[in-house]
Amino acid sequence: MTATERASAAGTPAAGPPRKRGRDVQGTKRLAALLLSPTLLVLALVIGYPVLAGFRESLYARGEGLDADGFVVEGDRFAGLDNYTAIFQGDRADAFWNAFSNTTFFTLTTVVLETVIGVAMALIMHQAFRGRSIVRASILVPWAIPTAISGLLWRWIFQADGAANALLRQEILWTADGFPAKMAVVIAEVWKTSPFIGLLVLAGLQMIPRDVYEAARVDGAGPVQQFWRITLPLVRPALLVAVLFRMLDVLRMFDLPAVLIGVNQKSVETLTMIAWFEASNLRYGSAAAYATVLFLYIALIAYLFVKLLGADIIGEARQHGRRERRRRA
Amino acid sequence: MPQAKRLLSYLGFAAVAVYCLAPFYWMAISAFRRPQDQFDNSIVPSRWSWENFSAVFSGDNGFGRALLNSVIVAGTTTVLTLLIGTFTAYALARLQFRFKNAVLGLIVATSMFPGISQLVPLLKLFTDIKWINTYQAMVLPSLGFALPLSVWLLTAFFRQLPFELEQAAMVDGCTRGQAFRKIIVPLAAPGVFTTAILTFIAAWNEFLIALSMVNKKEMQTATVAISKFTGVSGFDQPFGTQMAAGVVVTVPLIALVLVFQRRIVAGLTAGGVK
Amino acid sequence: MRRIPLIGGTPLASAVVCAALALSLSACGGDDGGGSKGGTGAALEGRGPITFVTGKDRSGYLQKQVDGWNSEHPKEQVRIIELPDEPNDQRQQMIQNATTKSDAYSVLSLDVVWTAEFAANRWLAQLPKDQIDLSKMLPATITTGQYRDKLYAVPSASDAGMLYYRKDLLEKAGIADPPKTYDEMWADCEKVRKLPEGEDVDCYFTEVNKTESMTISAVEAIESAGGSIIGEDGKPALNTPQAKAGIEFLVNAKKEHMPKEAVTLDTEGGRRYFQSGKLLFQRQWPYQYALANSDDGSSKVAGKFAVAPLPGPAGPGVANLGGHNLAVSAFAKNKATSLDFIKYLAGEQSQRANLLATSKAPTIAALYDDPEMVKKFPYLPVLKAAIASAKPRPVTVKYGDVTAAIQGEMYDAVTGKKPVDQALTDLQGKLQPLTAQ
Repeated sequence: MTATERASAAGTPAAGPPRKRGRDVQGTKRLAALLLSPTLLVLALVIGYPVLAGFRESLYARGEGLDADGFVVEGDRFAGLDNYTAIFQGDRADAFWNAFSNTTFFTLTTVVLETVIGVAMALIMHQAFRGRSIVRASILVPWAIPTAISGLLWRWIFQADGAANALLRQEILWTADGFPAKMAVVIAEVWKTSPFIGLLVLAGLQMIPRDVYEAARVDGAGPVQQFWRITLPLVRPALLVAVLFRMLDVLRMFDLPAVLIGVNQKSVETLTMIAWFEASNLRYGSAAAYATVLFLYIALIAYLFVKLLGADIIGEARQHGRRERRRRA
Repeated sequence: MPQAKRLLSYLGFAAVAVYCLAPFYWMAISAFRRPQDQFDNSIVPSRWSWENFSAVFSGDNGFGRALLNSVIVAGTTTVLTLLIGTFTAYALARLQFRFKNAVLGLIVATSMFPGISQLVPLLKLFTDIKWINTYQAMVLPSLGFALPLSVWLLTAFFRQLPFELEQAAMVDGCTRGQAFRKIIVPLAAPGVFTTAILTFIAAWNEFLIALSMVNKKEMQTATVAISKFTGVSGFDQPFGTQMAAGVVVTVPLIALVLVFQRRIVAGLTAGGVK
Repeated sequence: MRRIPLIGGTPLASAVVCAALALSLSACGGDDGGGSKGGTGAALEGRGPITFVTGKDRSGYLQKQVDGWNSEHPKEQVRIIELPDEPNDQRQQMIQNATTKSDAYSVLSLDVVWTAEFAANRWLAQLPKDQIDLSKMLPATITTGQYRDKLYAVPSASDAGMLYYRKDLLEKAGIADPPKTYDEMWADCEKVRKLPEGEDVDCYFTEVNKTESMTISAVEAIESAGGSIIGEDGKPALNTPQAKAGIEFLVNAKKEHMPKEAVTLDTEGGRRYFQSGKLLFQRQWPYQYALANSDDGSSKVAGKFAVAPLPGPAGPGVANLGGHNLAVSAFAKNKATSLDFIKYLAGEQSQRANLLATSKAPTIAALYDDPEMVKKFPYLPVLKAAIASAKPRPVTVKYGDVTAAIQGEMYDAVTGKKPVDQALTDLQGKLQPLTAQ
């Protein structure tokens, strides 16, 4: 958090003249601080403060027993890392690793499928076409339906006597705890979220200047080459951001499996669902510990993702910066 | 050859439409069934009925008011997110300063905690400052949830545009602000618009915060109102009513996008002509 | 499967949502030194406006009742706060308000299984037994409002399972009375199955999906066999022959007599199955009675079924107790008004009107014998007997953990993932630390 504080601290005094042509580094710095501070302020208040409060909570235990009259003993006890080590012991370790592998499984399958389907959607939508604005708006539909409602819809579709089995002429028990339940969640989740990727890639495509393609055509590049050499590199930043945030979301997935299959179901239990279960049984310290562990896992994945694939989201700016500086010198 | 290509893209469009709309069709058709045929599997209702829709809007649900509240909350959130997010994204995309990666990292890190962990501390805070039953108690958290994605997206979109354009404008005598408003924003219009839609939908569908921060019926949003739909007895699930409500909250959103798509994009782009 | 409380996969949307129970409570002050108004049983004081917090009213009738109160008590107005339909969500909102010590909620409508948890956490004001007339209520319902022999909540609505059976099919097979034992039930099934119209009919259904309903089925099976999940001494008692017999009935019923999709059917799924005419015997709540008798085309069994007490191994079985109680939040202002309002809502007049308007099972005994009521709700005598002999689910402060453990182990037993003995041993092991207090 120190960086936020530093940044917002830097932001406050920037009430000075912000808009003089910021040629000098000092001016740029001040302008940057001014522009960044509202975002950082909101995030510090809405997310930072609760998260820090949660982290503190994870080091404490409370409500551990009943007194002689049957009341829960009040007050809390500093528990150090007990809430964390407890996650990896006994039955709870099994539950944790089960949820961990479910979470990872959902992330891998849904993000890959969403990306492929989403990019395909965007490429199709990018064609000039009569009535395409209607089709474009229609791809918003899955994303726009509140998760609670689409979860219900899919729950009904996946009932033993529902539409899915009628269509497949099968008698699969999708909503019972088991492997089909996993599939049901993946299908519903991919349906709901591929439009998200599709929309963002489409926006990226629309921002590619047309002359780039014309130049390529003059150079004799075929459609496939154009896709790999021009389209993909140019929409890459938008695509990577979309995929990154999809990963963050699915790693924290809760609503959909809970509505579609239910809570406490081994086959679809995710890490957030365990944290939810702990909290709803008043073990806030333990819940916060799960949330922190989940955060570390997500941060690791996001870091690897940005390092391996998305280096240029950030690196590009650095390059530009250097170029600019050189030009100025 | 062009004929075949045309046919192919038709097929592509059809595939996309079917993929996105088939489950939605099922939802709409379930909403149009009579409550007693609710669980039929026929592709078209045997008897059409508005009963579920009139149940959605029946007097004591206050659903009309709830829709209005949703529009206010999601609309405000979207405008503020875009405003604040654009500033921040501009700084991240176009300005040189240290710790840029740290700031980007910090912003994305706020999207890595389960959303449920923010609730109780915020409830406590808002109770203390008497924000319970206010719009800002719903808008501010939604803003916090929406900003990370918006900032990253806008940063990516702004970076996608060539630097030279802006610099040329500044050489021509534009201030940095003018160059940004008249060159960058119009060119990035599709990206900005898409970000706006995504923010609006996210805020529109927010439930937890809206449920916890408000206990007056006049202030509740549509998703909260839907959660209060009931069947007749307490065990039976108001599936049809919920599906009808799903249609009611989704269709206007799509219509809105359709109407505004051209207008907003055109408006943003027009600003850049000059 | 809606109105059944707590953890356990209520499908509804928002179960989800419930998430809310903030992961991080720290902000709400762990060090609450005093503030234990709940336990002390101090007099309930303060008069003025209050709120009544409940799941949404389905009949529009509640507002009328509250209006009636408000017109007589202009200075003690009651405002209804409606919570989501999902019990999990209701509990979560109430806990949130309690942990932030908010005075926004005054009178709470609690599910019967929440009493112990809410009382032990000092979230409820203790109620003065001498000021409330409980004598007219069914004794079983009163116990659900108590914790450690102190009264925290007044029963306002009850519920218990009954055996729905197809009268028409039994008659065709020459059977006069509904079965009283499991063996009779299976024998009746055999006979009905031999009829041409009984060929495709499944024999029996009680809920065995991994939700709160599983706990209810398990409690009923074990209690019917003379056992108990938590024994008299407050310790788990799953290592008894009775517990084993009970669960073996459930496992056998699922294997031999239930529809093959039984594990996916929730309360509503069960109702649809019964209404489609494919089920002979079903354990179900009273709410199904009116719906399955509806002549709008949604039910193929309208007028063809009746209800009876649940069967058991050697005689009538034991039903499980549901329902709602009214309590006063420990953090509420105007507790004296709150108490008066509870007396008003739980009183005979209100319950009678409520039964007529919403068919909610009352807790006042006399209403079950009222000829006018029985005429309108023919199942009342059966229901009264069921409630009178019904047993509660385990009364424990950590109910959420206990029911989750029961659901998990019993689901494994019923689906054949674990032998019955193993599941019971594991469950005994899991419940020991949860109930050792």
